[in-house]
Amino acid sequence: MDERRAPEAAGTRQTTTERRGDRELVVTRSFDGPARLVFLAWSRPELLRRWWVPESFPVKLLSCEADVRTGGTYRLEFGVPGRDEPLAFFGRYIEVVPPTRIVWSNDEDGGGGPVTTVTFEERDGWTHIVLTDRYPSGAALEEAIASGSVSGYAEQFEALEALLGTLGE
Amino acid sequence: MVQYQQTSVDRSFAALSDATRRGVVEQLGRGDASISELAGKFGMTLTGMKKHVGVLEQAGLVITVKAGRVRTCRLGSSGLEAEAAWIESYRRLWAARFGALDQIVEELKHEEQTNGRKTSP
Repeated sequence: MDERRAPEAAGTRQTTTERRGDRELVVTRSFDGPARLVFLAWSRPELLRRWWVPESFPVKLLSCEADVRTGGTYRLEFGVPGRDEPLAFFGRYIEVVPPTRIVWSNDEDGGGGPVTTVTFEERDGWTHIVLTDRYPSGAALEEAIASGSVSGYAEQFEALEALLGTLGE
Repeated sequence: MVQYQQTSVDRSFAALSDATRRGVVEQLGRGDASISELAGKFGMTLTGMKKHVGVLEQAGLVITVKAGRVRTCRLGSSGLEAEAAWIESYRRLWAARFGALDQIVEELKHEEQTNGRKTSP
């Protein structure tokens, strides 16, 4: 939890991830643009679907419904190579405060999934985002790590691995 | 010698790109097991399981100790490397997404400029 590191991060596009405490994963990134536009890209389904599953990904997004308001719901369905059934991810927007904050649940695992919070902070024309996955318990996060799944995205992730291995990030 | 360096993370990442090997790491997280026990649990031949364990061992994720005729496997470095690899793969997933998001933000900025800062909510 180093708030002071953020200004240095602004102006670079580096993505950082770290485990914080026993039940949280934190991702940070800065974007060259005002918070209202970065927020827009998270809150309009037709924009969200374009970057959540970029065209280069081996999984295909079949549908993306997202009612990005407090109390609204979302549902994303994916086609995964080697699987007949589409893979569904769904949950509820617990809190939406434009253009600074979105909180949603990940309900596909029936209550064992994390609650995700994204905050948007604008500085000098850049927007710094902090995304936190908070698991219901340390054990739930341990389980996610042991199973190799990413926020319940195991199958997607497996399909991604081949691709990501070649990106050289 | 344990090295917490990028190369080590890369090797862990590669070792864990296989579902069976992730299962083996998870299984060993619950307790030590012999190669034949693991082979039985995952419905594999001894030879097949030996190969998987070998990859995990090279990545430092698993340590094996031979006592008599039995080779026992346990997690190496308290599974720390597995966690590092997992977090690294998580980062890559988001980095790939955010690369695409950069492009959309650029488009939106351009739209605003052309439309005189009028992007409806």
